[in-house]
Amino acid sequence: MKSAVVLLPGLNRDRDMIAALTRISGTAPLTVWQTETQIPAVDLIVIPGGFSYGDYLRCGAIAARMPVMRAVAEKARQGVMVLGVCNGFQILLEAGLLPGALMRNTSLKFVCREVKLEVANAGTAFTRNYSQGQIIRCPVAHHDGNYFADAETLARIEGQGQVAFRYAEGTNPNGSINDIAGIVSERGNVLGLMPHPENLIEAAHGGADGRALFESALGIAA
Amino acid sequence: MIKARITVTLKNGVLDPQGKAIEGALGALGFDGVGSVRQGKVFDVEIQGTDRAGAEADLKAMCEKLLANTVIENYSIAIP
Repeated sequence: MKSAVVLLPGLNRDRDMIAALTRISGTAPLTVWQTETQIPAVDLIVIPGGFSYGDYLRCGAIAARMPVMRAVAEKARQGVMVLGVCNGFQILLEAGLLPGALMRNTSLKFVCREVKLEVANAGTAFTRNYSQGQIIRCPVAHHDGNYFADAETLARIEGQGQVAFRYAEGTNPNGSINDIAGIVSERGNVLGLMPHPENLIEAAHGGADGRALFESALGIAA
Repeated sequence: MIKARITVTLKNGVLDPQGKAIEGALGALGFDGVGSVRQGKVFDVEIQGTDRAGAEADLKAMCEKLLANTVIENYSIAIP
């Protein structure tokens, strides 16, 4: 399985993401700069976390309008898997590849800690190596992770099983509606989540609960 | 030159944690009569030329495509 990592100015989790993908897939991902209008044939495209364009205007708003995002949208339309983590999730929402929006944490504080996540849908291509309802550990580090969608959109994504991960055991760090931590697109090939699974993939990280997400996406058997 | 002011505000029903914090701070300063505060954004945009109708259409497109996130925000355009 081949992967690619999208690079934009102000992202800072790209090296962690590249390391995780290299370690898990055995091959270094391609990197694609923001001005590229074509993305080579890959199975998984990842938009990592950080602060693209300094979070100016709204988190992810400017990044979402860069040429590479038109290429990402086209690949998503073709069914290629797309993963956005943290700022990557914000960018996918701003690009209209996922429904809803991410707002300032209700605490108004930047939150950097470990949370518990429930695998709310283990039937997606990104979660199939987890079991339904499994509780995993995962780090979060964000200021704007408070997921919001209007009532109609929320009912739709809940009804269609598009909520992939929820904050569990009272660890919702940002006030997200319905404890939503990550959602997939209607077709299931695009996942956005605020937590950082790439930072919990091996013993040196203190655990490997995030590894199954990448193994699921990369088609590696559990 | 056409000068326009775009105001972007959160839609009703969308929680505004920053507005709430400002509301609390105003209360702490002794302003007891504050019912609520909602925070928004203002953009002053200068458009070259004198085509007012064209400028209005462009400004609307700018709001839809970038300046507002219409999932959570409303916008208004004023050309004085």
